[in-house]
Amino acid sequence: MGMMLEKLVAYWAYPFVRYALAVGVLVALCAALLGVTLVLKRFSFIGDGLSHVAFGAMAVASVLNLASDMPLVMGVTVLCAVFLLGAGENSKIKGDAAMAMFSVGALAVGYLVMNLFSVSSNLAGDVCTTLFGATSILTLSKSDVWMCVILSALVVLLYVFFYHKIFAITFDESFASATGTNAKRYNLILAVVTAVVIVMAMNLVGSLLISALVIFPAMSAMRLFHSFKAVTIFSAGLSVFCAAAGIVVSILAGTPVGATIVTVEIITFVLCWGIGLAGRR
Amino acid sequence: MIQINCQGLALGYDAALVRGLNFSVSAGDYLCILGENGSGKSTLMKTILGLQSPLEGRVSWGEGVKAQEIGYLPQQTQAQRDFPATVWEVTLSGCQGKCGLRPFYNKTEKEKARLSLRRMDMEHFADRCYRELSGGQQQRVLLARALCAASKILLLDEPVSGLDPAACRDMYEMIDSLNKKDGMTILMISHDMEAALHYASHILYLGEQVFFGTCKEFVRSVPGRRYLKQKGEPYGNDA
Ligand SMILES: Nc1ncnc2c1ncn2[C@@H]1O[C@H](COP(=O)(O)OP(=O)(O)OP(=O)(O)O)[C@@H](O)[C@H]1O
Ligand SMILES: [Mg+2]
Repeated sequence: MGMMLEKLVAYWAYPFVRYALAVGVLVALCAALLGVTLVLKRFSFIGDGLSHVAFGAMAVASVLNLASDMPLVMGVTVLCAVFLLGAGENSKIKGDAAMAMFSVGALAVGYLVMNLFSVSSNLAGDVCTTLFGATSILTLSKSDVWMCVILSALVVLLYVFFYHKIFAITFDESFASATGTNAKRYNLILAVVTAVVIVMAMNLVGSLLISALVIFPAMSAMRLFHSFKAVTIFSAGLSVFCAAAGIVVSILAGTPVGATIVTVEIITFVLCWGIGLAGRR
Repeated sequence: MIQINCQGLALGYDAALVRGLNFSVSAGDYLCILGENGSGKSTLMKTILGLQSPLEGRVSWGEGVKAQEIGYLPQQTQAQRDFPATVWEVTLSGCQGKCGLRPFYNKTEKEKARLSLRRMDMEHFADRCYRELSGGQQQRVLLARALCAASKILLLDEPVSGLDPAACRDMYEMIDSLNKKDGMTILMISHDMEAALHYASHILYLGEQVFFGTCKEFVRSVPGRRYLKQKGEPYGNDA
Protein backbone atom coordinates (compact mmCIF):
# COMPACT_ATOMS: atom_id res chain seq x y z
CA MET A 1 0.00 0.00 0.00
CA GLY A 2 2.75 2.43 1.01
CA MET A 3 4.63 1.55 -2.17
CA MET A 4 1.60 2.31 -4.26
CA LEU A 5 1.14 5.66 -2.58
CA GLU A 6 4.78 6.50 -3.15
CA LYS A 7 4.44 5.56 -6.77
CA LEU A 8 1.36 7.77 -7.11
CA VAL A 9 3.10 10.73 -5.50
CA ALA A 10 6.04 10.22 -7.82
CA TYR A 11 3.76 10.15 -10.86
CA TRP A 12 1.87 13.22 -9.65
CA ALA A 13 5.01 15.24 -10.34
CA TYR A 14 4.58 14.61 -14.06
CA PRO A 15 2.31 17.15 -15.72
CA PHE A 16 0.95 14.57 -18.17
CA VAL A 17 -0.54 12.60 -15.29
CA ARG A 18 -2.25 15.64 -13.87
CA TYR A 19 -3.50 16.66 -17.30
CA ALA A 20 -4.87 13.21 -18.00
CA LEU A 21 -6.69 13.14 -14.70
CA ALA A 22 -8.21 16.59 -15.16
CA VAL A 23 -9.32 15.97 -18.73
CA GLY A 24 -10.58 12.47 -18.03
CA VAL A 25 -12.68 13.65 -15.11
CA LEU A 26 -14.12 16.63 -16.99
CA VAL A 27 -14.99 14.65 -20.11
CA ALA A 28 -16.57 11.98 -17.92
CA LEU A 29 -18.67 14.59 -16.16
CA CYS A 30 -19.98 16.13 -19.40
CA ALA A 31 -20.64 12.77 -20.99
CA ALA A 32 -22.57 11.52 -17.95
CA LEU A 33 -24.77 14.63 -17.80
CA LEU A 34 -25.69 14.32 -21.46
CA GLY A 35 -25.80 10.53 -21.15
CA VAL A 36 -28.93 10.46 -18.97
CA THR A 37 -30.93 12.32 -21.60
CA LEU A 38 -29.40 10.50 -24.54
CA VAL A 39 -30.04 7.06 -23.06
CA LEU A 40 -33.64 7.99 -22.24
CA LYS A 41 -34.17 9.41 -25.70
CA ARG A 42 -32.97 6.07 -27.08
CA PHE A 43 -29.74 7.55 -28.37
CA SER A 44 -27.31 5.40 -26.41
CA PHE A 45 -25.15 4.86 -29.42
CA ILE A 46 -24.87 8.47 -30.46
CA GLY A 47 -21.37 8.64 -28.99
CA ASP A 48 -20.30 5.83 -31.23
CA GLY A 49 -22.22 7.08 -34.25
CA LEU A 50 -21.04 10.67 -34.09
CA SER A 51 -17.44 9.76 -33.47
CA HIS A 52 -17.53 7.58 -36.58
CA VAL A 53 -18.95 10.52 -38.48
CA ALA A 54 -16.14 12.66 -37.10
CA PHE A 55 -13.69 10.00 -38.20
CA GLY A 56 -15.08 10.08 -41.74
CA ALA A 57 -14.84 13.86 -41.80
CA MET A 58 -11.29 13.68 -40.49
CA ALA A 59 -10.32 11.29 -43.28
CA VAL A 60 -11.77 13.61 -45.91
CA ALA A 61 -10.07 16.61 -44.30
CA SER A 62 -6.70 14.90 -44.31
CA VAL A 63 -7.08 13.91 -47.96
CA LEU A 64 -8.07 17.46 -48.88
CA ASN A 65 -4.91 18.53 -47.08
CA LEU A 66 -6.70 21.12 -45.00
CA ALA A 67 -4.44 23.09 -42.69
CA SER A 68 -6.79 22.51 -39.77
CA ASP A 69 -9.34 19.73 -39.83
CA MET A 70 -11.26 21.00 -36.80
CA PRO A 71 -13.78 23.30 -38.54
CA LEU A 72 -14.78 20.62 -41.07
CA VAL A 73 -14.97 17.84 -38.50
CA MET A 74 -16.93 19.93 -36.02
CA GLY A 75 -19.25 21.23 -38.72
CA VAL A 76 -20.08 17.82 -40.17
CA THR A 77 -20.57 16.26 -36.74
CA VAL A 78 -22.82 19.05 -35.50
CA LEU A 79 -24.91 18.77 -38.68
CA CYS A 80 -25.33 15.03 -38.19
CA ALA A 81 -26.23 15.47 -34.53
CA VAL A 82 -28.81 18.10 -35.40
CA PHE A 83 -30.28 15.84 -38.04
CA LEU A 84 -30.43 12.81 -35.75
CA LEU A 85 -31.69 14.47 -32.58
CA GLY A 86 -33.75 17.09 -34.33
CA ALA A 87 -35.63 14.67 -36.56
CA GLY A 88 -37.41 13.75 -33.35
CA GLU A 89 -40.44 11.58 -32.94
CA ASN A 90 -42.11 12.27 -36.24
CA SER A 91 -39.39 11.11 -38.60
CA LYS A 92 -39.99 8.18 -40.92
CA ILE A 93 -36.68 6.47 -40.12
CA LYS A 94 -36.35 5.61 -36.45
CA GLY A 95 -33.53 7.25 -34.53
CA ASP A 96 -31.43 4.18 -33.90
CA ALA A 97 -31.63 2.98 -37.49
CA ALA A 98 -30.72 6.42 -38.84
CA MET A 99 -27.79 6.54 -36.48
CA ALA A 100 -26.56 3.11 -37.47
CA MET A 101 -26.72 4.18 -41.11
CA PHE A 102 -24.69 7.32 -40.44
CA SER A 103 -22.23 5.52 -38.25
CA VAL A 104 -21.45 2.61 -40.53
CA GLY A 105 -21.64 4.76 -43.66
CA ALA A 106 -19.22 7.39 -42.39
CA LEU A 107 -16.80 4.76 -41.11
CA ALA A 108 -16.75 2.94 -44.46
CA VAL A 109 -16.43 6.07 -46.57
CA GLY A 110 -13.73 7.46 -44.29
CA TYR A 111 -11.71 4.28 -44.46
CA LEU A 112 -12.18 4.04 -48.23
CA VAL A 113 -11.08 7.64 -48.76
CA MET A 114 -8.04 7.10 -46.55
CA ASN A 115 -7.20 3.90 -48.39
CA LEU A 116 -7.46 5.47 -51.84
CA PHE A 117 -5.65 8.71 -51.18
CA SER A 118 -3.68 8.24 -48.01
CA VAL A 119 -0.10 9.42 -47.78
CA SER A 120 0.59 7.68 -44.51
CA SER A 121 2.33 4.32 -44.55
CA ASN A 122 0.78 3.03 -41.31
CA LEU A 123 -2.87 3.12 -42.33
CA ALA A 124 -4.15 0.45 -39.97
CA GLY A 125 -2.34 2.15 -37.09
CA ASP A 126 -3.91 5.52 -37.92
CA VAL A 127 -7.39 4.05 -38.03
CA CYS A 128 -6.87 2.17 -34.81
CA THR A 129 -5.66 5.29 -33.03
CA THR A 130 -8.70 7.27 -34.11
CA LEU A 131 -11.10 4.59 -33.02
CA PHE A 132 -9.54 3.55 -29.76
CA GLY A 133 -7.76 6.69 -28.71
CA ALA A 134 -4.71 4.58 -27.91
CA THR A 135 -2.65 6.58 -25.44
CA SER A 136 -3.63 10.05 -26.58
CA ILE A 137 -4.97 10.97 -23.15
CA LEU A 138 -1.41 10.69 -21.85
CA THR A 139 -0.02 13.05 -24.47
CA LEU A 140 -2.15 16.12 -23.84
CA SER A 141 -0.75 19.60 -24.06
CA LYS A 142 -1.56 22.47 -21.74
CA SER A 143 -3.77 24.13 -24.35
CA ASP A 144 -5.77 20.91 -24.77
CA VAL A 145 -6.43 20.93 -21.06
CA TRP A 146 -7.54 24.56 -21.05
CA MET A 147 -9.85 24.06 -24.00
CA CYS A 148 -11.35 21.09 -22.20
CA VAL A 149 -11.81 23.04 -18.95
CA ILE A 150 -13.59 25.89 -20.74
CA LEU A 151 -15.85 23.64 -22.80
CA SER A 152 -16.76 21.51 -19.80
CA ALA A 153 -17.62 24.54 -17.71
CA LEU A 154 -19.84 25.70 -20.55
CA VAL A 155 -21.56 22.33 -20.85
CA VAL A 156 -22.22 22.11 -17.12
CA LEU A 157 -23.58 25.66 -17.01
CA LEU A 158 -25.86 25.05 -19.98
CA TYR A 159 -27.06 21.82 -18.44
CA VAL A 160 -27.94 23.38 -15.10
CA PHE A 161 -29.59 26.34 -16.80
CA PHE A 162 -31.74 24.19 -19.07
CA TYR A 163 -32.19 21.26 -16.66
CA HIS A 164 -35.99 21.51 -16.34
CA LYS A 165 -36.43 22.09 -20.06
CA ILE A 166 -34.29 19.07 -20.83
CA PHE A 167 -36.45 17.00 -18.50
CA ALA A 168 -39.63 18.24 -20.19
CA ILE A 169 -38.52 17.48 -23.74
CA THR A 170 -37.01 14.14 -22.75
CA PHE A 171 -40.07 12.94 -20.87
CA ASP A 172 -42.69 13.99 -23.39
CA GLU A 173 -41.66 16.07 -26.36
CA SER A 174 -45.16 16.46 -27.84
CA PHE A 175 -46.64 17.70 -24.60
CA ALA A 176 -43.79 20.14 -24.15
CA SER A 177 -44.11 21.66 -27.58
CA ALA A 178 -47.93 21.68 -27.44
CA THR A 179 -47.87 23.70 -24.24
CA GLY A 180 -45.43 26.36 -25.28
CA THR A 181 -41.94 24.99 -24.66
CA ASN A 182 -39.77 25.50 -27.69
CA ALA A 183 -38.78 21.85 -27.98
CA LYS A 184 -37.05 22.40 -31.33
CA ARG A 185 -34.74 25.00 -29.84
CA TYR A 186 -33.75 22.82 -26.89
CA ASN A 187 -33.28 19.78 -29.11
CA LEU A 188 -30.97 21.88 -31.24
CA ILE A 189 -28.96 23.04 -28.23
CA LEU A 190 -28.77 19.46 -27.00
CA ALA A 191 -27.57 18.25 -30.40
CA VAL A 192 -24.88 20.91 -30.73
CA VAL A 193 -23.60 20.35 -27.20
CA THR A 194 -23.56 16.59 -27.74
CA ALA A 195 -21.58 16.94 -30.95
CA VAL A 196 -19.07 19.32 -29.37
CA VAL A 197 -18.54 17.07 -26.35
CA ILE A 198 -18.12 14.02 -28.53
CA VAL A 199 -15.59 15.59 -30.89
CA MET A 200 -13.67 16.98 -27.94
CA ALA A 201 -13.77 13.67 -26.10
CA MET A 202 -12.83 11.73 -29.18
CA ASN A 203 -9.66 13.74 -29.69
CA LEU A 204 -8.78 13.26 -26.08
CA VAL A 205 -9.83 9.76 -25.18
CA GLY A 206 -10.92 7.97 -28.37
CA SER A 207 -14.35 6.91 -29.52
CA LEU A 208 -14.58 3.58 -27.69
CA LEU A 209 -14.37 5.33 -24.37
CA ILE A 210 -16.82 8.09 -25.12
CA SER A 211 -19.62 5.61 -25.79
CA ALA A 212 -18.98 3.90 -22.49
CA LEU A 213 -18.88 7.23 -20.68
CA VAL A 214 -22.27 8.15 -22.12
CA ILE A 215 -24.03 4.87 -21.38
CA PHE A 216 -22.66 3.27 -18.21
CA PRO A 217 -23.12 5.97 -15.54
CA ALA A 218 -26.72 6.61 -16.61
CA MET A 219 -27.55 2.91 -16.66
CA SER A 220 -25.92 2.37 -13.26
CA ALA A 221 -27.76 5.31 -11.71
CA MET A 222 -31.08 4.08 -13.11
CA ARG A 223 -30.65 0.78 -11.26
CA LEU A 224 -30.60 2.65 -7.96
CA PHE A 225 -32.73 5.78 -8.23
CA HIS A 226 -36.15 6.60 -9.55
CA SER A 227 -36.17 10.36 -9.81
CA PHE A 228 -34.64 12.21 -12.72
CA LYS A 229 -32.75 14.56 -10.44
CA ALA A 230 -31.18 11.78 -8.37
CA VAL A 231 -30.25 9.83 -11.50
CA THR A 232 -28.58 12.88 -13.05
CA ILE A 233 -26.61 13.81 -9.93
CA PHE A 234 -25.57 10.27 -9.11
CA SER A 235 -24.48 9.45 -12.65
CA ALA A 236 -22.36 12.60 -12.81
CA GLY A 237 -20.69 11.72 -9.52
CA LEU A 238 -20.23 8.08 -10.42
CA SER A 239 -18.75 8.96 -13.78
CA VAL A 240 -16.19 11.29 -12.24
CA PHE A 241 -15.26 8.62 -9.71
CA CYS A 242 -14.90 5.91 -12.36
CA ALA A 243 -12.77 8.09 -14.61
CA ALA A 244 -10.45 9.07 -11.75
CA ALA A 245 -10.20 5.52 -10.44
CA GLY A 246 -9.62 4.13 -13.91
CA ILE A 247 -6.82 6.57 -14.67
CA VAL A 248 -5.10 5.95 -11.33
CA VAL A 249 -5.31 2.18 -11.76
CA SER A 250 -4.04 2.35 -15.30
CA ILE A 251 -1.04 4.40 -14.21
CA LEU A 252 -0.23 2.08 -11.32
CA ALA A 253 -0.79 -1.13 -13.22
CA GLY A 254 0.39 0.08 -16.60
CA THR A 255 -2.85 -0.91 -18.34
CA PRO A 256 -4.43 0.99 -21.27
CA VAL A 257 -6.32 4.00 -19.95
CA GLY A 258 -9.56 3.80 -21.95
CA ALA A 259 -10.05 0.09 -21.42
CA THR A 260 -9.35 0.41 -17.71
CA ILE A 261 -11.93 3.17 -17.24
CA VAL A 262 -14.53 1.09 -19.08
CA THR A 263 -13.72 -1.90 -16.88
CA VAL A 264 -14.24 0.18 -13.75
CA GLU A 265 -17.57 1.36 -15.23
CA ILE A 266 -18.64 -2.23 -15.81
CA ILE A 267 -17.74 -3.24 -12.25
CA THR A 268 -19.70 -0.32 -10.76
CA PHE A 269 -22.64 -1.10 -13.03
CA VAL A 270 -22.76 -4.68 -11.78
CA LEU A 271 -22.49 -3.40 -8.20
CA CYS A 272 -25.33 -0.92 -8.70
CA TRP A 273 -27.45 -3.60 -10.30
CA GLY A 274 -26.87 -5.92 -7.34
CA ILE A 275 -27.64 -3.21 -4.80
CA GLY A 276 -30.75 -2.23 -6.77
CA LEU A 277 -32.00 -5.82 -6.78
CA ALA A 278 -31.25 -6.26 -3.11
CA GLY A 279 -33.03 -3.02 -2.26
CA ARG A 280 -36.16 -4.14 -4.07
CA ARG A 281 -36.58 -7.22 -1.94
CA MET B 1 -64.77 35.35 -28.83
CA ILE B 2 -63.48 32.71 -31.19
CA GLN B 3 -60.42 30.88 -29.85
CA ILE B 4 -59.85 28.16 -32.44
CA ASN B 5 -60.94 28.39 -36.04
CA CYS B 6 -60.45 25.57 -38.54
CA GLN B 7 -61.04 26.32 -42.20
CA GLY B 8 -61.12 23.72 -44.95
CA LEU B 9 -58.97 21.41 -42.89
CA ALA B 10 -57.82 18.11 -44.37
CA LEU B 11 -56.22 15.74 -41.89
CA GLY B 12 -54.17 12.63 -42.27
CA TYR B 13 -50.76 11.18 -42.80
CA ASP B 14 -50.19 10.21 -46.42
CA ALA B 15 -53.80 10.00 -47.53
CA ALA B 16 -56.42 12.29 -46.05
CA LEU B 17 -58.62 10.85 -43.29
CA VAL B 18 -61.01 13.77 -43.20
CA ARG B 19 -61.50 16.58 -45.72
CA GLY B 20 -63.17 19.95 -45.69
CA LEU B 21 -63.43 20.32 -41.94
CA ASN B 22 -64.89 23.69 -40.86
CA PHE B 23 -65.60 24.55 -37.28
CA SER B 24 -64.75 27.04 -34.62
CA VAL B 25 -64.53 26.99 -30.86
CA SER B 26 -65.36 30.04 -28.77
CA ALA B 27 -64.21 30.89 -25.29
CA GLY B 28 -66.15 28.90 -22.70
CA ASP B 29 -67.30 26.21 -25.13
CA TYR B 30 -67.28 22.54 -24.18
CA LEU B 31 -66.68 20.62 -27.38
CA CYS B 32 -66.85 16.87 -27.47
CA ILE B 33 -65.20 15.10 -30.39
CA LEU B 34 -66.84 11.78 -31.23
CA GLY B 35 -66.12 9.15 -33.83
CA GLU B 36 -65.13 5.56 -34.27
CA ASN B 37 -61.64 4.18 -33.72
CA GLY B 38 -59.33 5.42 -36.41
CA SER B 39 -61.62 8.21 -37.57
CA GLY B 40 -58.89 10.78 -36.95
CA LYS B 41 -59.85 12.31 -33.60
CA SER B 42 -56.38 12.20 -32.09
CA THR B 43 -54.93 13.34 -35.39
CA LEU B 44 -57.24 16.35 -35.32
CA MET B 45 -56.12 17.26 -31.83
CA LYS B 46 -52.46 17.01 -32.79
CA THR B 47 -53.11 19.15 -35.83
CA ILE B 48 -54.87 21.79 -33.73
CA LEU B 49 -51.87 21.80 -31.38
CA GLY B 50 -49.47 22.19 -34.28
CA LEU B 51 -47.72 18.89 -33.58
CA GLN B 52 -48.58 17.90 -37.11
CA SER B 53 -49.24 20.03 -40.16
CA PRO B 54 -52.61 19.84 -41.91
CA LEU B 55 -52.70 18.47 -45.45
CA GLU B 56 -54.90 21.35 -46.54
CA GLY B 57 -56.50 24.35 -44.92
CA ARG B 58 -55.42 25.97 -41.73
CA VAL B 59 -55.95 26.21 -38.00
CA SER B 60 -55.99 29.73 -36.65
CA TRP B 61 -55.88 30.67 -33.02
CA GLY B 62 -57.90 33.56 -31.70
CA GLU B 63 -56.15 36.70 -30.57
CA GLY B 64 -54.65 36.52 -27.14
CA VAL B 65 -54.40 32.74 -26.95
CA LYS B 66 -50.84 31.63 -26.33
CA ALA B 67 -49.48 28.10 -26.37
CA GLN B 68 -48.51 28.66 -22.72
CA GLU B 69 -52.20 28.77 -21.80
CA ILE B 70 -53.09 25.39 -23.25
CA GLY B 71 -53.23 22.13 -21.38
CA TYR B 72 -53.03 18.83 -23.22
CA LEU B 73 -53.60 15.24 -22.26
CA PRO B 74 -52.23 12.92 -24.93
CA GLN B 75 -53.96 9.61 -25.60
CA GLN B 76 -50.84 7.56 -25.01
CA THR B 77 -47.76 9.00 -23.47
CA GLN B 78 -44.49 8.54 -25.18
CA ALA B 79 -42.91 8.22 -21.78
CA GLN B 80 -40.79 5.14 -21.84
CA ARG B 81 -41.33 2.28 -19.50
CA ASP B 82 -38.03 2.71 -17.73
CA PHE B 83 -38.02 6.49 -17.41
CA PRO B 84 -36.82 7.53 -13.96
CA ALA B 85 -39.13 10.34 -12.87
CA THR B 86 -41.23 11.00 -9.79
CA VAL B 87 -44.88 11.97 -9.94
CA TRP B 88 -43.86 15.40 -8.69
CA GLU B 89 -41.31 15.91 -11.46
CA VAL B 90 -43.83 14.89 -14.11
CA THR B 91 -46.57 17.14 -12.75
CA LEU B 92 -44.30 20.12 -12.37
CA SER B 93 -43.14 19.78 -15.97
CA GLY B 94 -46.65 20.92 -16.92
CA CYS B 95 -45.63 24.41 -15.85
CA GLN B 96 -42.57 24.44 -18.08
CA GLY B 97 -44.22 26.46 -20.84
CA LYS B 98 -44.87 29.31 -18.43
CA CYS B 99 -41.23 29.48 -17.37
CA GLY B 100 -39.94 30.91 -20.61
CA LEU B 101 -36.18 31.21 -20.22
CA ARG B 102 -36.28 31.15 -16.43
CA PRO B 103 -34.28 28.08 -15.36
CA PHE B 104 -36.24 27.18 -12.22
CA TYR B 105 -39.86 26.92 -11.14
CA ASN B 106 -41.20 29.64 -8.87
CA LYS B 107 -43.49 29.35 -5.85
CA THR B 108 -46.70 29.93 -7.80
CA GLU B 109 -45.90 27.14 -10.20
CA LYS B 110 -45.03 24.70 -7.43
CA GLU B 111 -48.24 25.60 -5.64
CA LYS B 112 -50.19 25.04 -8.84
CA ALA B 113 -48.61 21.61 -9.28
CA ARG B 114 -49.48 20.71 -5.71
CA LEU B 115 -53.09 21.83 -6.17
CA SER B 116 -53.43 19.90 -9.42
CA LEU B 117 -52.15 16.76 -7.74
CA ARG B 118 -54.59 17.25 -4.89
CA ARG B 119 -57.42 17.73 -7.34
CA MET B 120 -56.55 14.39 -8.91
CA ASP B 121 -56.24 12.83 -5.47
CA MET B 122 -52.63 11.94 -6.10
CA GLU B 123 -50.91 14.22 -3.60
CA HIS B 124 -49.61 11.42 -1.41
CA PHE B 125 -48.01 9.80 -4.47
CA ALA B 126 -45.83 12.83 -5.17
CA ASP B 127 -42.55 11.12 -4.33
CA ARG B 128 -43.43 7.83 -5.97
CA CYS B 129 -41.85 6.73 -9.21
CA TYR B 130 -44.13 7.43 -12.17
CA ARG B 131 -43.30 4.18 -13.97
CA GLU B 132 -44.32 2.11 -10.95
CA LEU B 133 -47.91 3.41 -10.88
CA SER B 134 -50.93 1.62 -12.33
CA GLY B 135 -52.30 2.74 -15.68
CA GLY B 136 -55.16 4.68 -14.11
CA GLN B 137 -52.85 6.37 -11.63
CA GLN B 138 -50.53 7.38 -14.46
CA GLN B 139 -53.52 8.83 -16.29
CA ARG B 140 -54.35 10.95 -13.24
CA VAL B 141 -50.80 12.24 -13.02
CA LEU B 142 -50.87 13.23 -16.68
CA LEU B 143 -54.18 14.99 -16.07
CA ALA B 144 -52.64 16.87 -13.17
CA ARG B 145 -49.82 17.88 -15.52
CA ALA B 146 -52.38 19.07 -18.09
CA LEU B 147 -54.12 21.11 -15.39
CA CYS B 148 -50.80 22.77 -14.54
CA ALA B 149 -50.38 23.85 -18.11
CA ALA B 150 -53.95 24.98 -18.80
CA SER B 151 -55.20 28.42 -18.00
CA LYS B 152 -57.55 29.04 -20.93
CA ILE B 153 -57.97 25.89 -22.99
CA LEU B 154 -57.81 22.23 -22.09
CA LEU B 155 -57.52 19.55 -24.77
CA LEU B 156 -58.19 16.05 -23.50
CA ASP B 157 -57.73 12.90 -25.53
CA GLU B 158 -59.90 10.26 -23.86
CA PRO B 159 -59.40 11.52 -20.30
CA VAL B 160 -61.42 8.80 -18.60
CA SER B 161 -59.82 5.80 -20.26
CA GLY B 162 -58.35 3.63 -17.54
CA LEU B 163 -60.22 5.32 -14.69
CA ASP B 164 -62.56 3.42 -12.38
CA PRO B 165 -66.27 4.42 -12.39
CA ALA B 166 -66.02 6.65 -9.33
CA ALA B 167 -62.92 8.40 -10.60
CA CYS B 168 -64.60 8.69 -13.98
CA ARG B 169 -67.59 10.51 -12.49
CA ASP B 170 -65.31 12.79 -10.46
CA MET B 171 -63.36 13.52 -13.58
CA TYR B 172 -66.44 14.60 -15.54
CA GLU B 173 -67.61 16.74 -12.65
CA MET B 174 -64.20 18.33 -12.35
CA ILE B 175 -63.96 19.08 -16.06
CA ASP B 176 -67.47 20.51 -15.91
CA SER B 177 -66.59 22.79 -13.03
CA LEU B 178 -63.43 23.95 -14.81
CA ASN B 179 -65.66 24.82 -17.74
CA LYS B 180 -68.52 26.43 -15.84
CA LYS B 181 -66.72 28.02 -12.89
CA ASP B 182 -63.31 28.90 -14.30
CA GLY B 183 -64.56 29.55 -17.82
CA MET B 184 -62.03 27.19 -19.31
CA THR B 185 -62.62 26.08 -22.89
CA ILE B 186 -62.72 22.29 -23.15
CA LEU B 187 -62.03 20.09 -26.16
CA MET B 188 -62.52 16.48 -25.24
CA ILE B 189 -62.28 13.29 -27.26
CA SER B 190 -64.55 10.64 -25.89
CA HIS B 191 -66.34 7.41 -26.63
CA ASP B 192 -68.75 8.01 -23.79
CA MET B 193 -71.87 9.18 -25.62
CA GLU B 194 -73.99 9.70 -22.55
CA ALA B 195 -71.48 11.92 -20.81
CA ALA B 196 -70.81 13.81 -24.03
CA LEU B 197 -74.47 14.67 -24.49
CA HIS B 198 -74.87 15.48 -20.82
CA TYR B 199 -71.93 17.83 -20.37
CA ALA B 200 -70.86 19.19 -23.75
CA SER B 201 -72.20 22.29 -25.43
CA HIS B 202 -71.03 21.30 -28.91
CA ILE B 203 -70.33 18.06 -30.71
CA LEU B 204 -67.91 17.40 -33.52
CA TYR B 205 -68.52 14.04 -35.10
CA LEU B 206 -65.84 12.59 -37.39
CA GLY B 207 -66.84 9.85 -39.78
CA GLU B 208 -68.03 9.39 -43.34
CA GLN B 209 -70.36 12.29 -42.70
CA VAL B 210 -68.84 15.02 -40.59
CA PHE B 211 -71.06 16.88 -38.20
CA PHE B 212 -70.48 20.00 -36.17
CA GLY B 213 -73.08 21.77 -34.04
CA THR B 214 -74.72 21.88 -30.67
CA CYS B 215 -75.81 18.75 -28.81
CA LYS B 216 -79.46 19.29 -29.66
CA GLU B 217 -78.70 19.59 -33.35
CA PHE B 218 -76.52 16.48 -33.18
CA VAL B 219 -79.17 14.10 -31.85
CA ARG B 220 -81.47 15.18 -34.70
CA SER B 221 -78.83 15.00 -37.45
CA VAL B 222 -78.35 12.03 -39.75
CA PRO B 223 -74.86 11.00 -38.48
CA GLY B 224 -75.99 11.64 -34.93
CA ARG B 225 -78.97 9.35 -35.20
CA ARG B 226 -76.97 6.64 -36.83
CA TYR B 227 -74.25 6.92 -34.19
CA LEU B 228 -76.76 6.83 -31.36
CA LYS B 229 -78.41 3.80 -32.85
CA GLN B 230 -75.09 1.95 -33.10
CA LYS B 231 -74.37 2.82 -29.53
CA GLY B 232 -77.69 1.26 -28.55
CA GLU B 233 -79.10 4.48 -27.21
CA PRO B 234 -82.70 5.57 -27.59
CA TYR B 235 -83.01 8.38 -30.14
CA GLY B 236 -82.25 11.76 -28.73
CA ASN B 237 -84.30 11.81 -25.57
CA ASP B 238 -81.26 12.58 -23.52
CA ALA B 239 -80.50 16.09 -24.66
N1 LIG C 1 -48.12 8.18 -36.99
C1 LIG C 1 -48.99 7.71 -37.90
N2 LIG C 1 -48.60 7.45 -39.17
C2 LIG C 1 -49.47 7.02 -40.10
N3 LIG C 1 -50.76 6.80 -39.86
C3 LIG C 1 -51.23 7.01 -38.63
C4 LIG C 1 -50.37 7.50 -37.58
N4 LIG C 1 -51.11 7.65 -36.46
C5 LIG C 1 -52.36 7.27 -36.78
N5 LIG C 1 -52.45 6.90 -38.08
C6 LIG C 1 -53.64 6.47 -38.78
O1 LIG C 1 -54.56 7.54 -38.83
C7 LIG C 1 -55.86 7.08 -38.54
C8 LIG C 1 -56.49 7.91 -37.45
O2 LIG C 1 -55.76 7.78 -36.26
P1 LIG C 1 -56.20 8.52 -34.94
O3 LIG C 1 -55.20 8.18 -33.90
O4 LIG C 1 -56.40 9.96 -35.23
O5 LIG C 1 -57.60 7.83 -34.61
P2 LIG C 1 -58.59 8.11 -33.43
O6 LIG C 1 -59.84 8.66 -34.04
O7 LIG C 1 -57.95 8.90 -32.37
O8 LIG C 1 -58.91 6.64 -32.92
P3 LIG C 1 -59.08 6.07 -31.42
O9 LIG C 1 -60.52 6.19 -31.08
O10 LIG C 1 -58.71 4.64 -31.54
O11 LIG C 1 -58.19 6.84 -30.52
C9 LIG C 1 -55.76 5.59 -38.22
O12 LIG C 1 -56.26 4.88 -39.31
C10 LIG C 1 -54.31 5.35 -38.02
O13 LIG C 1 -53.97 4.10 -38.57
MG1 LIG D 1 -57.27 8.55 -30.52
